[in-house]
Amino acid sequence: MLLKFGLGILMSLAIIIGFLYPPPLPGQDWAEASRIFYYHVPMALVSFLAFAHSMALSVQYLRKRSAISDHRAALAAELGLVFCFMAMVTGSIFAKVAWGTFWNWDPRETSILVLLVIYGAYFALRNAVPHAERRAAFSAVYSIMAFVTVPFFGFIVPRIYESLHPENTLVSEGQINLGGYVAVVFLMSLVSFASIYSWLFNIANRAIGLEQRRLEESYVDRLA
Amino acid sequence: MSDLVRKVLSLAAKDVRCELRTRYALNALLMFAVVTLVVIGLTAGQGEHSSHMHASLIWIVILFSLMQALSGGFVKEEESGTADTLRVYAEPRVVYLGKLLLGLALAWALLIVLVPLYMILMDLDVNSISQFLLCLLLGSTGIAASTTLIAAIVSRASIKGALFAVLSFPLLLPVLLSAIFATEVVLRGGEWNDMWPYVKILIAYPIIVVTVSYMLFDYVWEG
Repeated sequence: MLLKFGLGILMSLAIIIGFLYPPPLPGQDWAEASRIFYYHVPMALVSFLAFAHSMALSVQYLRKRSAISDHRAALAAELGLVFCFMAMVTGSIFAKVAWGTFWNWDPRETSILVLLVIYGAYFALRNAVPHAERRAAFSAVYSIMAFVTVPFFGFIVPRIYESLHPENTLVSEGQINLGGYVAVVFLMSLVSFASIYSWLFNIANRAIGLEQRRLEESYVDRLA
Repeated sequence: MSDLVRKVLSLAAKDVRCELRTRYALNALLMFAVVTLVVIGLTAGQGEHSSHMHASLIWIVILFSLMQALSGGFVKEEESGTADTLRVYAEPRVVYLGKLLLGLALAWALLIVLVPLYMILMDLDVNSISQFLLCLLLGSTGIAASTTLIAAIVSRASIKGALFAVLSFPLLLPVLLSAIFATEVVLRGGEWNDMWPYVKILIAYPIIVVTVSYMLFDYVWEG
């Protein structure tokens, strides 16, 4: 309860400070727009975290075969998909402001799109398999397979697309000086977003636990 | 070990024999490739195309044709009700490797028909035919190898065709992109050194995906 209010205050502070405190980036005409850095990058990082979490839960499902790990893996993937989508939308808005188009196949745009497609396919698969245990096993296997391919995108996508759009890559973000205020505000925002993820995960996880218990009880009732 | 090889080969031989008798996948695959190629030839056959355009077109035809056929190996077993018999008689790893060989055979059969036709219909000149064939062979091997496990998953889902393409796409993207760019280098008449990074991916990626699939196949097949 207390933690919830603490999180609310921390998040509000991170938003307010992000807009007011750090100096805008000098020497760019989109200097003020660079503040999106404090919201966009943490969301992207949290979505990677959520997908890694989902993969770990999938491995756990295949080892232990407990339905609850499968529900949790789907939940983590769902939350990751939300964060991933928000990161893509905010990034796209920034691209419009900084480079003039919403989408230009920049390596990072491409890789986040691929991530969205992977987890979109993950949910399409879940919807297409009616049998619960089979669905759990198949989606866990798919999640692991997809995770194995991700490092290749890190290697191959920049190699191909940087050569096509050298002027438009996010390298300019490397010029953002990660010192002093910037680092503090960024970390604050990152911690807030990560806490929001774990808070949401925790609520839905409790719902999963209750649902599971209800199912077991109704099963026991039917036996009696 | 040699026992495993013998079993895998006999399973693959059974599948190839069935395929040659019924033409379950082969006719659809080849006709799909020819039809797509004719559409491309009619709409874009005239005029000069850049090497990048040719590389993209030929790989799009190969990709979509293979998407029609590669799920067939498993789907056919489920539809004809022979999958359970196969579960009784063969170990999972034998089934996986056997179906992998069938997929490779289909992919190579497609190349034999498609590549000469494409070169004739689209008036394509290739400087180094051996490097061109190497790219095509490695790329289609990669496509067949990385979709075998997905085919096994899809064969037991309620919708099959669309789901196969959707699930395969992310796994195929590294193969497809490297294959297109390697082919582009060949068609442009580029150096082997420009091609080598892509060829490295085309060799490494299927090995990794097949290894992971081999480890995970039990969960899909017996589930």
